[in-house]
Amino acid sequence: MLNYIIGRLARMIPQIFLVSILAFIIIQLPPGDFLTEQINRLRATGATVDEAEIQRLTNMYGLDQPMYVQYFRWIGNIVTRLDFGYSFLWQRPVNDVLLSRMGMTFFIAFLAFVVSWGFAIPVGIYVAVKQYSFADYFFTFIGFIGLATPGFLLALVLMYVSYAILGIRVGGLFSPEFEPQPMSWAKFMDLLAHLWLPVLILAIAGMANIIRTLRATMLDELRKQYVTVARSKGLSEFQVIMQYPVRIAINPIISQTTYLLAWLFSGGTVVEIVLNLNTAGPVLWRALLQQDMYTAGAYILILGVLYSLGSLLSDLLLAAIDPRIRFGAMEAA
Amino acid sequence: MSTAHPTTPKRKWWDFGKKSQPGGEAHEKDETFYRAGQWQLVWWKFRRHKLAQIAMAVLGLFYLIVIFAEFISPYDPQKRFKDYSTLAPVNVQLVDAQGKFHLPFIYALERARDPVTLRPIYKEDTTSKRYPVVLFARGDEYKLWGLFPSNIHLFGIRTAPDEFVPLFLLGSDTLGHDMLSRIFFGARISLTVGLIGVVLAFFMGLVLGGIAGFFGGLADEIIMRVIDVLLALPTIPLWMSLAAALPQDWPQLKTYFYVTIILSIFGWTILARVVRGKLLSLREEDYVMAARLDGESEAQIITRYMLPGFTSYIIVSLTLSIPNMILGETSLSFLGVGLRPPTISWGVMLQEAQNLQTVAQTPWLLWPVAFVILAVLMFNFLGDGLRDAADPYVT
Repeated sequence: MLNYIIGRLARMIPQIFLVSILAFIIIQLPPGDFLTEQINRLRATGATVDEAEIQRLTNMYGLDQPMYVQYFRWIGNIVTRLDFGYSFLWQRPVNDVLLSRMGMTFFIAFLAFVVSWGFAIPVGIYVAVKQYSFADYFFTFIGFIGLATPGFLLALVLMYVSYAILGIRVGGLFSPEFEPQPMSWAKFMDLLAHLWLPVLILAIAGMANIIRTLRATMLDELRKQYVTVARSKGLSEFQVIMQYPVRIAINPIISQTTYLLAWLFSGGTVVEIVLNLNTAGPVLWRALLQQDMYTAGAYILILGVLYSLGSLLSDLLLAAIDPRIRFGAMEAA
Repeated sequence: MSTAHPTTPKRKWWDFGKKSQPGGEAHEKDETFYRAGQWQLVWWKFRRHKLAQIAMAVLGLFYLIVIFAEFISPYDPQKRFKDYSTLAPVNVQLVDAQGKFHLPFIYALERARDPVTLRPIYKEDTTSKRYPVVLFARGDEYKLWGLFPSNIHLFGIRTAPDEFVPLFLLGSDTLGHDMLSRIFFGARISLTVGLIGVVLAFFMGLVLGGIAGFFGGLADEIIMRVIDVLLALPTIPLWMSLAAALPQDWPQLKTYFYVTIILSIFGWTILARVVRGKLLSLREEDYVMAARLDGESEAQIITRYMLPGFTSYIIVSLTLSIPNMILGETSLSFLGVGLRPPTISWGVMLQEAQNLQTVAQTPWLLWPVAFVILAVLMFNFLGDGLRDAADPYVT
């Protein structure tokens, strides 16, 4: 197991390096030098621009230096001081703008993840056992709709429906009266009352995926001989299903955890924008529209690193429950 | 028959009424079945997937609209009817105010303003004459594919030359464009982004997956790690970041191509995986070994013996990645970082529906949503049907 963990950790290093390159490319993409751009914009609005400040920023980001130096300055600041740079749009360090909102985004993705697992796994097992039943067709149909409808379109439609039929204005994270208050139990409940919609929207898509995969693998497993053997040994039907086929069929679900999270996050970005939540998605959006590139780059980098961690966790989890992976048998196969 | 074929899948509900399909259970022992080529078998098996066939028909219709958008649309999609902005879908009627039956017709509209909100309100003038909806009506001038000038539209209403009565079947937007015409023209962009993106992804996937699968070793390791990273990252934030860097002042066509390139940058990964996996497994097949012993060159082995072995899988994964690209374009344009007006695409049209206010008052602006979902759903069904048919030797 230790060997496996070390090998897996070693694989993370190039992964994160690749992500950081990607984030840096995104920062560099907009034409021209963002600082000059920013200074021009400030001058156009009539603000005075401090020459010393310009010099300081030029030095800090190494803008007069070649590209690779700029990259190492940027990544160096992040690695040594967790300094993601300065957001020109918000006029504050990127850390202040992004980190807390990122937390909220992850909270939403996590809730959606828990909801989709909690719901989809029992349903996936059930529809496989009761193949071609009404429930099977029903969930296959829902699953198709869930896969075909991106979250933000669902959000638009649900927004309209809840307004037209229920007269509720959905959107936002908190009710206006709670917005300025510090966190309290009442505020938390208010948050949950606002969060159910984005969580539900995201979870539907996630569920569709899991049910489909689980159903397919379960059907394969249920046809195998060991199931017949288990049954003929006189095990109860519940034991026959839960003890063997489910344990195998759950593997692909766990190995897909990272993809599922990535998917939730991907859809979540647009859903958050549509529902006007004060989370990281809208921050990225506004940053991109205004070419506030350090914020955007930080977003991509944090995301990428957290995903590398996520895939590490899911691999370790998989190795823990599946001895074939621990001993490298899967790699050879 | 079922005893002879214990693995024959249960008949599904969409198989009803399909008792004597060629390739079906009754014909499996027929001479024709054994003599049929691979693609014949694929087609037979595909025909058993009813849902996929419906999907193929619907998509065929969609692409007919894409090709003949100018002719099928009742109006010029860029023409603004300022007197009829945010008009609700018009009511095509069969029975007039006196209760008499007619062929489809509409009434003229009376325009007024809501005294409180100052929004225009339109009322049917049932005392006006009836305007029949006819096929091949004369309307706005257009040039089909920019070549053939005409003013005949598939349908429209017959009016006197100086009159205008709007036939906005799906209503109009805030600028007074006909929604239906815009949806048809939007299909031209939204449904081709996926196709072109897939072609680009196809080449990248084929080349890189081919290198990884065939040469193995270090090349394989590097390509697979890159794929791992790209697959594990959420695509929409990345698409957004790349697309936002496209200059706003570029011509429409250039933006369009760059958007498709951006969409395919992350689309090739899945295909490359399929190609690599298939190459690895086919390399071990006896017939490849036989070809090698026969002295065939590596290039010939790949193109003549291995490629046909997984063409059908490539088609499947291409079909299944088109909807992702359609959704990608829609999301990007919707957020204002992809295509921009005056380009018409479904995502661009949805930009108007971004806030609750508009959606609540003019829900017909959400119509493009229905078309996006339908298109994506149909591609998924088609892909599923093709996947089942891709390996016709397994029942």
